[in-house]
Amino acid sequence: MSTLAAALDSARARAKRHPTGALTDALVLTARLLRQVLRVPEQIVFTIVQPVLFVLLFRFVLGGAIDVGAVDYASFLMPAVFVQTVALGSALTCSGVAEDLHRGIVDRFRTLPMSHSALLVARTLADTVRNAFTLLVLALVGIAIGFRPHGSWPAWALAALLLLFVGYVFSWIGVLIALLVRSVEAAQSAGMTWVFPLIFLSSAFVPTRTMPGWLQAFSAHQPLTAIIDAVRALLLGLPAGSATSRALAWCAGILLAVVPPAVVRYRHRSS
Amino acid sequence: MSEHAIRAEGLCKQFGEVQAVRGLDLRAGWGAVLAVLGPNGAGKTTTVRMLTTLLRPDAGTAEVAGYDVVREPRQVRAHIGLTGQDVALDENLTGRENLVMLGRLSRLSRVAAARRAGELLEAFDLAGAADRRAKTYSGGMRRRLDLASSLIASPPVLFLDEPTTGLDPRSRRGVWDLVKGLAQDGICLLLTTQYLEEADRLADRIAVIDHGTVIADGTADELKQQVGVRRLELRLAEPADFPRAAEVLRDAGLLAEVPKPPDASEPPVIGVSADRPRALPEAVRVLEDAEVLVVDATVLRPSLDDVFLTLTGNPADQRPDMDGPDRDSREGTR
Repeated sequence: MSTLAAALDSARARAKRHPTGALTDALVLTARLLRQVLRVPEQIVFTIVQPVLFVLLFRFVLGGAIDVGAVDYASFLMPAVFVQTVALGSALTCSGVAEDLHRGIVDRFRTLPMSHSALLVARTLADTVRNAFTLLVLALVGIAIGFRPHGSWPAWALAALLLLFVGYVFSWIGVLIALLVRSVEAAQSAGMTWVFPLIFLSSAFVPTRTMPGWLQAFSAHQPLTAIIDAVRALLLGLPAGSATSRALAWCAGILLAVVPPAVVRYRHRSS
Repeated sequence: MSEHAIRAEGLCKQFGEVQAVRGLDLRAGWGAVLAVLGPNGAGKTTTVRMLTTLLRPDAGTAEVAGYDVVREPRQVRAHIGLTGQDVALDENLTGRENLVMLGRLSRLSRVAAARRAGELLEAFDLAGAADRRAKTYSGGMRRRLDLASSLIASPPVLFLDEPTTGLDPRSRRGVWDLVKGLAQDGICLLLTTQYLEEADRLADRIAVIDHGTVIADGTADELKQQVGVRRLELRLAEPADFPRAAEVLRDAGLLAEVPKPPDASEPPVIGVSADRPRALPEAVRVLEDAEVLVVDATVLRPSLDDVFLTLTGNPADQRPDMDGPDRDSREGTR
């Protein structure tokens, strides 16, 4: 019976809450996801190929026909592609969460004395690392096709941080969608569909002044325009106006609107 | 230490129209192996999922290691290990990485998780494949790694949901040996199974469940007594001996039923009642005296079907799979 007594003692110790327990859980699970990315490199290759094709399409096929004023089109385009990439990154978050939910391993996690939201936090953290890598490669591609950021180093750093934060916030939207739909397939398409209308009805690829009035009004008051304007101003050394603070406000608002329901929904699904 | 390792009273769970578990009671002590025996759809998996905090019961209470599964899920989780029917592994990680990760998430230190993972890989005959991705493992290896995962934190209460379903006989025997070893350590083990033989070999007590409720509960011997008549089947060398064999067996009071003369196409097999001791040697002796040559003898053990036939009056036929909704509940029901 001494084995049982020891097992009971250690079980009681494991049941206690540790101040850093949730953080450790999240980091252990982040390491798991980053290992997966390294082991299945195809995924990250396609994550990069797609925006690169997009850049080439807009720069060489459509860009010539778009008049963006004083800035050259490559420099106008790249900030928007960065934002689009982190926004579409949330679709990968969405399918990743959905796949986890439909695997037996989630049941195992749910029977461990770990922090429940750690699984979701880990997914968003790992996707932020992936976004950082994708953005770096894209920036190099951009420079190769004539992207000339004229901003200062601190402004670039700020733009990079803003992009990663936007990516983090949007990945939580992906998490929530994955928790609301019932299948992996639904998650894959639902995670992506909301991005395209928002990105095209923004200042991403064309100046908004060319749109009809009602569309201009929508475009001026949606998050992606604020975010793209802020990133563009920071990278190109243009006056940002209120764009940066509006972008941060949108991000904070989205985070507050999305994280609590996602965590609650995950707990509900576990019971 | 709580008196019972597992105690459930009046557990109920409904999925839509289907009442999967209705008023189920269970008790298991420390150092005991409890087998929950029942056909597909009897509510075994639903019960395990409620006891392991994966499903919230609609009604009733359950305590594991003295903690309430609804009010104290965290304490319950610190005390349990679960191996479900689906293999729960990350296929892109190696066997060792899976174990270390789950150890860390069970709040073991980095060093303790690595050491325990090494021990388990050794014990489960996976040391050679420890640093290969789980994706490359055979079915039996995955099952073993899955079992090892549920032991990573040395839990005092272990749940095994149909641990041998789909395993080849050799792997099945391996799981049986493991279960016996664990029971000797004083931990409590609940396993579900569809096989009476498995419950018979491993369990101290067996709870037979049907339609979501316990219909019989006792030791294997107690249950078998309820099942009653066992029988032997003897195969004769010569079909022509059949009438003589039937006659001498009837005189000895050993005949199971009025024998049906065999067709030419079937081997001559005669049924012998074996509910009294020494039935087999007696039957062979009387046939020997009558110069009837017996070429084969088969002892027919009571099967799950026999248990059900006796306990419910119905055979354990294929019912609609009620364990199915468990999995759906994971996605849907709020």
